[in-house]
Amino acid sequence: MQTHQYEAVIIGAGGAGLMAALYASRHVKTAVISKLYPTRSHTGTAQGGIGAALGNLEEDRPEWHAFDTVKGGDYLSDQDAALVLAEEAVSAVIELEHLGLPFDRTSEGRISQRRFGGHTSGFGGSPVRRACHAADRTGHMILQTLYQQCIKNDVMFFDEYHVIDLIRSGDTVVGVVAININDGKLHVFHSKAVLFATGGWGKVWEITSNAHTLTGDGNAITYRRGVPMQDMEFFQFHPTGIYKMGILITEGVRGEGGVLINDRGERFMERYAPSIKDLASRDVVSRAIYLELEAGRGIKGRRYVHLDVTPETVNRYLAEAGEDRRIDAEYIETRLPDILDFCRTYLGVDPVKEPMPVQPTAHYGMGGIPTDLDGRAVIDGSRTPLPGLYAAGECACVSVHGANRLGTNSLTDLIVFGRRSGKHMAEYCQGADFVPLPDNPAGEVEAELQRICTASGSRKPYEIRAEMQQIMMKHVGVFRTASGMQEALDTVRRLQEQFKTDLVIDDRGQRFNTDLLEAWELGCLLDIAEVTAASALARQESRGAHSRDDFPKRDDEKWMVHTLAYPTDDGGIRLDHNKPVDMSLAEKDERFKAKERVY
Amino acid sequence: MRVTMRIRRFNPEKDQKPYWADYTLDQVEPNDRVLELLHRVKWEQDGTLSFRRSCAHGVCGSDGMRINGVNRLACKVLVNALDSGDHVKIQIEPMLGLHVIKDLIVDMEPFFEHYRSVMPYFVNDDPLPEDGRERLQSPANRAQFDDTTKCILCACCTTSCPSFWANGDYVGPAAIVQAHRFIYDSRDNAAAERLKVLREPDGVWRCRTIFNCTSACPREIEVTRAIAEVKAAMRRGVKHPDPE
Ligand SMILES: Cc1cc2nc3c(=O)[nH]c(=O)nc-3n(C[C@H](O)[C@H](O)[C@H](O)COP(=O)(O)OP(=O)(O)OC[C@H]3O[C@@H](n4cnc5c(N)ncnc54)[C@H](O)[C@@H]3O)c2cc1C
Ligand code: SF4
Ligand code: SF4
Ligand code: FES
Repeated sequence: MQTHQYEAVIIGAGGAGLMAALYASRHVKTAVISKLYPTRSHTGTAQGGIGAALGNLEEDRPEWHAFDTVKGGDYLSDQDAALVLAEEAVSAVIELEHLGLPFDRTSEGRISQRRFGGHTSGFGGSPVRRACHAADRTGHMILQTLYQQCIKNDVMFFDEYHVIDLIRSGDTVVGVVAININDGKLHVFHSKAVLFATGGWGKVWEITSNAHTLTGDGNAITYRRGVPMQDMEFFQFHPTGIYKMGILITEGVRGEGGVLINDRGERFMERYAPSIKDLASRDVVSRAIYLELEAGRGIKGRRYVHLDVTPETVNRYLAEAGEDRRIDAEYIETRLPDILDFCRTYLGVDPVKEPMPVQPTAHYGMGGIPTDLDGRAVIDGSRTPLPGLYAAGECACVSVHGANRLGTNSLTDLIVFGRRSGKHMAEYCQGADFVPLPDNPAGEVEAELQRICTASGSRKPYEIRAEMQQIMMKHVGVFRTASGMQEALDTVRRLQEQFKTDLVIDDRGQRFNTDLLEAWELGCLLDIAEVTAASALARQESRGAHSRDDFPKRDDEKWMVHTLAYPTDDGGIRLDHNKPVDMSLAEKDERFKAKERVY
Repeated sequence: MRVTMRIRRFNPEKDQKPYWADYTLDQVEPNDRVLELLHRVKWEQDGTLSFRRSCAHGVCGSDGMRINGVNRLACKVLVNALDSGDHVKIQIEPMLGLHVIKDLIVDMEPFFEHYRSVMPYFVNDDPLPEDGRERLQSPANRAQFDDTTKCILCACCTTSCPSFWANGDYVGPAAIVQAHRFIYDSRDNAAAERLKVLREPDGVWRCRTIFNCTSACPREIEVTRAIAEVKAAMRRGVKHPDPE
């Protein structure tokens, strides 16, 4: 077994990992480990934009951005974090431009901005242009730009190395174990600090916008080593995924004027969110679609509605709203080229001429590894850090997104908190010594891989995975009931048991054994599904993305707290509800106090 | 419909040489992606079949491979784009010109080495704007390199290029596309150095304008045109032409 020594080890090469790497590597010896080539990371699929109150096209202010974030999060966002996000977003986006990111430009040559759901001016007023964009491939440009700068700065990469365990020595984190996918050999990375930036876990659900590789590895690995998962019941369903496939159709489509239409030809969002209609926040729109479908108003009675961005329809509604703006086919072609390409390729539908069939798709995890404002993992209700452990990006929970993330705020989160964690990590490493590795640091995980590789049960990983995805989609999705969540939890536990005792895979080789790694990833998904279902069942209220029939109202008396889930020694889960939401803005400003959310 | 997948297999751990294996799938929908069929083979029939993939909708660049003799992303080709009828046959093999690690997985390192050789990063050491804001760029200047910003480094172009097959030292179309993205960015200052690299014998002049690359590109980048524009910049010297 090979052992490497780096002061800082960063796991994941998406936006969060690369941003942290750029900062950490300036000061300390840093390695980035990624199971994918960096440019394959899912940040590259982000479409619509990155939120920052630049005010390039109309007045905007960071306080308004913070307000929208808190309101969008249904008041579960930590307000100190929301303020940091909104304030530092401006310099973060400017920094990206300075690093070469090719944003679209206004006629004055400034970064162009568009509307997005839930972004308003004047503390909840009319929609504001805050999403900075590069066509509909903003994430691609961010990922490329950051990776390019890492090459320029000679950052050390271990590409196609899959991290499978965290090494702790008592109360300190001292490294990770990874498998070199190419030859199957295990490597130990001994470090002073470890940052997880492993992205999301949408593959828990059947219909999702997420990549096959988004299996929540970082969350499962840290959880198994005693780090809690926070707020896992809050998983966002994006309202507009391509019917059956789940491929995302950015909110930017509605930002450009697109509207949702039911089988009666009705723009139903007028009923659910009279003031900003189709641009209400995602949980609201997803629920509205769900209710339309339940009421039998899906197109031809099927489980989808139409998203219409044809110039004819858009212009009609613009005229109705008294706006002067009009759009034409060419405008859509330049603003949304990738969306058009997806629909033409996968559906044979041309959005310039006809509407797109859409349904809610599992999209984004608001929960994750709890951290403070510098990305340090904090492991209890009083926010005690675990020395040497950091997290940033989607796998982390700062928590800015609370119970529901606003569009464009994830990319902002990656850059703002990726940067902060990279900086803090470097400082920490400079003041810390290497703590010796425990004996045989890879022993446990090696045995687990061996078990999977040689298992001779009857269930293939994909069968278990499909069953989990279906039950989670059905019962821990847009709408939830107590009995449904319980059924999901029981099913997941049964599947976990099968994973342990009745698994079988085909590939027993060393080289590029994706059969083995997919099975290992399934173990992560099952752990996450279990925690998600258990956390959801315990939260007896409806808030943001967590919406249940037996407790239809938000309960601020009892539930202005984060959920922390810990593994127990007997293989169960202990839930803790003693971590209050940070309300520091509300203490100074009435407008930030929790109130009913109307759009 | 029924589909027979004829897949080029090779695992150097146990095989002496590559071979073809057939897998038959039933109940295939005409609008299934080839990637879904590969998954069905792997999940339902033979878990040892190995290929890379991630996003499944044509934006991450993982699953470039030769499908019916042309380079494609498996996730971006639907069965009905290949053939129709009750029984469709699809032939799949790894991209050519790169060493096969296992089955459809090739060694991407030489490809990325070429990529890194053209300084694929933004260079501008001028002082930043004093107001602390973004550098300015007109929409017309921005449009000059828009096409080449779309590249996802999938290698479909480079591994379909006869010049690259003949000589693996040729930087290849993908690297030239990346160079173009910066050479034509009005904010960037390192065009001269990039052109110097591309002027070398293994640079841009190895291109014989055969257009394979352009038709292979899943992002519909006009690769050959980008190469021509780089050649033009070389002839002209480095100055950015003003867009008309
Ligand atoms: C289709 C789509 C569109 C989106 N559009 C937007 C948008 O317009 N605006 C917005 O703000 N947000 C958007 N989002 C959300 C946002 O893109 C993601 O939340 C964000 O990019 C996640 O970035 P990340 O750096 O945390 O992780 P990722 O970019 O997902 O990267 C994860 C990294 O971790 C590595 N990794 C994972 N597990 C391991 C392991 N075990 N060992 C080693 N490496 C590992 C991977 O290789 C990868 O490099 C969108 C999301 C999707 C799915
Ligand atoms: S045009 Fe040039 S780069 Fe493209 S395939 Fe032909 S020789 Fe290769
Ligand atoms: S130019 Fe096109 S084919 Fe070539 S690497 Fe880029 S995206 Fe792939
Ligand atoms: S899997 Fe991402 S491009 Fe095909």
